Amino acid sequence: MSNEKEKQGVSRRDFLKTTGIATGTLIGGGIIGGLVGYNANKGSGKNEKTGETQQGQNHEINVGLQHFKTMKSFNILSQATERILPEDDLGPGAIGLGVPYFIDNQLAGAYGMNAKEYMQGPFEDGAVTQGYQSRLTRAQIFDQGIAKLEEEAQSRFKKGFEELEPDQMDEILTAFQKGEVKMEAVTSMFFFTLLRQATLEGAYSDPIYNGNRNMEGWKMKGFPGHQYSYAKDIESKEFIEYKPQSISSMTHK
Amino acid sequence: MATTLDKVDVLTVGVGWTGGIVAAECAKSGLKVRGLERGEARGTEDYSMVHDEFRYAIRYELFQNLSRETITFRNNRQMNALPMRMMGSFLLGEGLGGAGTHWNGQNWRFLPYDFEIKSQTEKKYGKDKIGKDFLLQDWGITYDELEPYFTKFEYTAGISGEDTNPFWGKRSKPFPTPPMKKTPILEKFEKATTNLGYHPFMMPSANLSEPYENPDGSTIAACQYCGFCERFGCEYGAKSSAEITVVPTALETGNYDIRYHSNVVEVLKKGNKVTGVRFYDTVTGEEFIQPADVVVLTSYVLNNAKLLMVSNIGEQYDPDTGRGTLGKNYCYQILPGATGFFDDEQFNTYMGAGALGMTIDDFNGDSFDHSKLDFIHGASLSLTQPGLRPIAFNPVPPDTPAWGAEFKKASVHYYTRALSIGGQGASMPYKENYMSLDSTYKDAYGVPLLRLTYNFTDQDRALHKYLSERSAEIMKEMGANTIAPANPLTDYDIVPYQTTHNTGGTVMGNDPAISVVNTWLQHWDAENLFVVGAGNFAHNSGYNPTGTVGALAYRCAEGIIKYSKTGGSLV
Repeated sequence: MSNEKEKQGVSRRDFLKTTGIATGTLIGGGIIGGLVGYNANKGSGKNEKTGETQQGQNHEINVGLQHFKTMKSFNILSQATERILPEDDLGPGAIGLGVPYFIDNQLAGAYGMNAKEYMQGPFEDGAVTQGYQSRLTRAQIFDQGIAKLEEEAQSRFKKGFEELEPDQMDEILTAFQKGEVKMEAVTSMFFFTLLRQATLEGAYSDPIYNGNRNMEGWKMKGFPGHQYSYAKDIESKEFIEYKPQSISSMTHK
Repeated sequence: MATTLDKVDVLTVGVGWTGGIVAAECAKSGLKVRGLERGEARGTEDYSMVHDEFRYAIRYELFQNLSRETITFRNNRQMNALPMRMMGSFLLGEGLGGAGTHWNGQNWRFLPYDFEIKSQTEKKYGKDKIGKDFLLQDWGITYDELEPYFTKFEYTAGISGEDTNPFWGKRSKPFPTPPMKKTPILEKFEKATTNLGYHPFMMPSANLSEPYENPDGSTIAACQYCGFCERFGCEYGAKSSAEITVVPTALETGNYDIRYHSNVVEVLKKGNKVTGVRFYDTVTGEEFIQPADVVVLTSYVLNNAKLLMVSNIGEQYDPDTGRGTLGKNYCYQILPGATGFFDDEQFNTYMGAGALGMTIDDFNGDSFDHSKLDFIHGASLSLTQPGLRPIAFNPVPPDTPAWGAEFKKASVHYYTRALSIGGQGASMPYKENYMSLDSTYKDAYGVPLLRLTYNFTDQDRALHKYLSERSAEIMKEMGANTIAPANPLTDYDIVPYQTTHNTGGTVMGNDPAISVVNTWLQHWDAENLFVVGAGNFAHNSGYNPTGTVGALAYRCAEGIIKYSKTGGSLV
């Protein structure tokens, strides 16, 4: 595995050595942070073999897990998101876009902790029209949902979720979507809704959130990201393709 | 133990459009005004990195933190009301400028028909057109009486538009700035609606077509069509909002200050007058009493009603007996429409501005005959080009799966190949739709949450169906290959975003038996208390509310200035 690693990408230490940047002096500066991201990113595969622990290893070096404690959980999440937004001839899927890292990072913060949601009891199930009534935070719902994906895989196919064929994964995800899988203090339908929405968020948010890698999500859709003005082009009868730009262009000059 | 502050002449609770307008007018007239705002100070300089859909539109950067306060909701009285734990159906603003910071800028005057809806509907269609359970009422004021205030607000905000719509009320002055640019997308709508015999016109916009200096001397810049309006603040100062107009106007007088992080929890009342408010400093937790000669509730619709309820001012509406006025006539907005999918044309849908659009009013108000229809009123139908963003906008033709390979292909393909016609549909007051206090859930200060009891009615469903059919016809004329009319209305669901056009609960009128405030927005039960905003609407019209809210705020300010000289009831 370590041989694989050397072939596929440049480690952080190698990069710093070859570019002549002394580790102790400049590291931590915003500019260097930006450089590391851009350069180390070259050659990041969109055809990573899915389902293996090495997936994502070519992602930006400063991207990693903040919420999940095992690669197994992370890989199950990765496969589930890839089924929601699979790689095709239009471009990368969820894994290639870095969506699993995006979701992991979000679960470690305000989103995962429901920091801006009303979480006072008493908790009751309520009607569908009354929305989210779980006592669980989103991070807890994802943890439980991922464990349930694995459980379903074992009980239906006697295999781990990561090892399933795509149509088997789809069968399980569809059962979640329909609310057919029993979960504690939340419905599987609700978990699926969160998972689907988070996948779209990771695919199309600004790359500063560690998804939408290389702005590939935006490129697929033809969304130019942060542009100052369209006043000159708004009356154009032609479709205009801009080179997309991240909001980080304002901070990494 | 609460600390009592020095008395001010006029106190506003909340500083958005209404609080800002009241402050500017009163401070200019020499009154000492203070605004209590529970959120933060903010302005154009804070929006320089606003082109971030995820942070602002999806994670709600500018909105109320629901962990501190939300509302509870149920569809009907038989259900248990439960908290709105996550933001969804509507977006509660917080901070300087309030919801007027993150609006799209679609600026309308309600129709002459709206202000006299009960008498005009009965005259034309008889007394029982939609049934007695609908609490239709005239507003106590006519369009012509309100016209000068509409004009005043439009000149403050510099609204861009053209006066060619045959269906709206007469305007005493032209729009302060010309309409926005007419894009190929809008031309497509213009051509189709003209072919069908309708009367398209450019939507009145608070995203300005050119730089403008308003009568108070505030400048508003020209819109750059960057596509980030709704849910965002404007980094150019090109979308009119309180923090770039009326708030600086008020501050320049030297008669105005704003106290931030100040969460009002009670309006204090003694006899037939209020004496001030009680509030908490959200940073230090300290409790204060702010005495004032005049208190003006200028927060959002829901919070204005809640403050009156927790302060025991006025009589709570009871749907069993029909008694009480506080909380009644809660209305929302009905959103008919149709989406068209174009196989051979690609559009610059990512460019735009919140109020860049064309509209027809041929099916709004009473512009068309309702004799054979089972609903009244209607909707403005618009095609807007607000700048569509990729997380929120994943259009797929009907019967496409919601995820997977087919979904990806379709949503990527149609992102720049789908156009939507949308209606702002009128919402009629219904006896079972109302606001009251929740008996279980509380906010961060131990104050009960506001409880919404609301569902769509048959009137809403009929209106929605009829207007969605008209939208689909227009879309067909525009040449869409596949047309998806809006799904039929079922029950109101608080989860998906619909619109932040909540209205009613503190309605205005000329009869205290059916209204909370008089036509100067002065409370019937406390002469020095004014309540202003979309809560004053006796029903919601077929338009966005802000233009009418702005007009009412100018009317309210005039009333306060008058009251500060004469005292007593203004009617």
